[in-house]
Amino acid sequence: MASITHSSPHKLRRVFVWQLPVRVYHWLNALAIVALCITGYFIGNPPALLSGAEASDRYLFGWIRFVHFVAAYIFFFNFLFRIYWGFVGNKYADWKNFIPTNKKFFQEIWQVLSIDIFLKKNKEHMSVGHNALAGLVYFFTFIAFMVQCITGFALYANMSDWWFADLFIWASWLFGHDDFALRNWHHATMWFFIVFAMVHVYLVFYHDYVEGRGETSSIVGGWKFIDEEAFHKDQQDTAEWEVKKKGRAIR
Amino acid sequence: MISKPTHRPTYYEELRQKGYSRRDFMKFCSMIGAYLGLEASGIAQVANALQKTSRVPVIWLHFQECTCCSESFIRSSHPIVADIILDKISLDYTETLMAASGHQAEAAMHKTMQDFNGEYILCVEGSVPTAEDGVYCCIGGKSAMQILDEAAAGAKAIIAWGSCACNGCVQAAKPNPTRATPIHKLVKGKPIIKVPGCPPIGEVMAGVIVHVITFGRLPELDRVGRPKAFYSKRVHDTCYRRPFYDAGLFVETFDDENAQKGYCLYKVGCKGPMTYNACGVTKWNNGTSYPIQSGHGCFGCSEENFWDNGPIYRQMANFPGFGIEADADKIGMVAAGATAVGIAAHAIATNFRKAKLIDDLIHEGKDAEKEL
Ligand code: SF4
Ligand code: SF4
Repeated sequence: MASITHSSPHKLRRVFVWQLPVRVYHWLNALAIVALCITGYFIGNPPALLSGAEASDRYLFGWIRFVHFVAAYIFFFNFLFRIYWGFVGNKYADWKNFIPTNKKFFQEIWQVLSIDIFLKKNKEHMSVGHNALAGLVYFFTFIAFMVQCITGFALYANMSDWWFADLFIWASWLFGHDDFALRNWHHATMWFFIVFAMVHVYLVFYHDYVEGRGETSSIVGGWKFIDEEAFHKDQQDTAEWEVKKKGRAIR
Repeated sequence: MISKPTHRPTYYEELRQKGYSRRDFMKFCSMIGAYLGLEASGIAQVANALQKTSRVPVIWLHFQECTCCSESFIRSSHPIVADIILDKISLDYTETLMAASGHQAEAAMHKTMQDFNGEYILCVEGSVPTAEDGVYCCIGGKSAMQILDEAAAGAKAIIAWGSCACNGCVQAAKPNPTRATPIHKLVKGKPIIKVPGCPPIGEVMAGVIVHVITFGRLPELDRVGRPKAFYSKRVHDTCYRRPFYDAGLFVETFDDENAQKGYCLYKVGCKGPMTYNACGVTKWNNGTSYPIQSGHGCFGCSEENFWDNGPIYRQMANFPGFGIEADADKIGMVAAGATAVGIAAHAIATNFRKAKLIDDLIHEGKDAEKEL
């Protein structure tokens, strides 16, 4: 059988995108969020357990809450670390990926929207790190992270002897000293994480399925594969980014 | 009516006149000291202060309220509280308990305000309606707002009794037709102690007022303005059912076996985890019981907005803006469901719209395989 020659075979180049700290951050974050959502859901809606055991033999809810609090601390400091890494990490980790600072950012958002979300026919969007839309959505997740940390530690402050949680007490004032409201918002924001995780995992699969460039494995090994042409463009970008960054550092 | 004699008897002298022994007096001091969370030396301070200071006049005003705070107060456990404070307050001014009425009563209040300008303690029970210039609560031809302004001007300190005076209580529930307003939003520049609760526990009220009149200064307050001695812990932190909570053993309905066993009331709506009050320790009616002990969850009577944070018998509050029966979980589940549908639709559409791209990938892969 005659072999079907492909119109434009992809020549792929390997790019090291996600540095180790970014990958560690990602997985710690994912684990913490899963633990927080599950335990948090149970704290809001405890399961009905009919058990003959005496209270003295059990500490189930105590453990659920303990896991929640430990995961919360991991989540918080991990998040702080990621913010720091946004200033010292490579181009793909830079904070500028998340906050729209120029017109190009919005143009790319529009491109991604039309190609990947509204599915422009047989088009693919080439991005190496985060695409602009993803970056902006991550920015929203950071805001949700903040809301969760602030409301969560404000609720926790009364159970903690450490001054750290007390730093968040003012949040209860924001809600008119109303712990009910604080708690309600903390619980409601959990759903943002659930919806986000669904869409996030789906889109990772989508990219791998449509583009075959190692989207999924990149967060394990750090490598992505991109077309020759896009690769050269990206190299130029990186060079420019480095110059700018040095300039900033000198100033 | 009190005139201003040159030597006013001290609290201790007044009590001795009433026939209390030194021993009764010391017992009372220890009791109040214990409520206030003072150490042993603090009890001596209370005794000392009551022996040295003469009585501080108290004006007790009633606005939008049900008098449950007064009811609670006069049931606080020690008779001396009533004797040294209530008997005397009734001489100064308090609508519900004084013997005088009408013009006589007004005159008594004004005399106290004049004679003891800057010295008297103003206790306020109830919120103040501010809608329509305050017509919703008028006494003796004056609106509550006017009365409060006048009385607050010369007060040394103000005690806001109960949830009404502290946060507006049920009359401030949405839509708050009379615009019931708590005291701290109306009076500025005076020290205010908030003693929330519907009503506050009698012993707590006694403790607060004894602290103020004996030491002549406010008790230590938390960031909301409540005395720390009574409001620094949540009902949940001192609840005797807490071990069941930690074990994950909950009452599911009020008539199930778990309820009989006295499990935690969290799932039937107990708001103890969000409520700062002394119920678990001090209890009610001379330490007889408190709501949770009699099988009903706390509904957070001492907290801001407790009336709008229903439903009472569910843990999750209704989510604002989504009507009744819509708590955060219901809304979240709908959102997650809609997202799942969206994802499925997108996945299906992808296979049509990107068919060529995906085909190319597959061919490329197969071609490469042949080259192996
Ligand atoms: S009954 Fe209420 S206050 Fe007591 S442990 Fe359960 S939730 Fe907490
Ligand atoms: S248990 Fe809760 S609702 Fe009941 S009196 Fe105490 S604070 Fe108020």
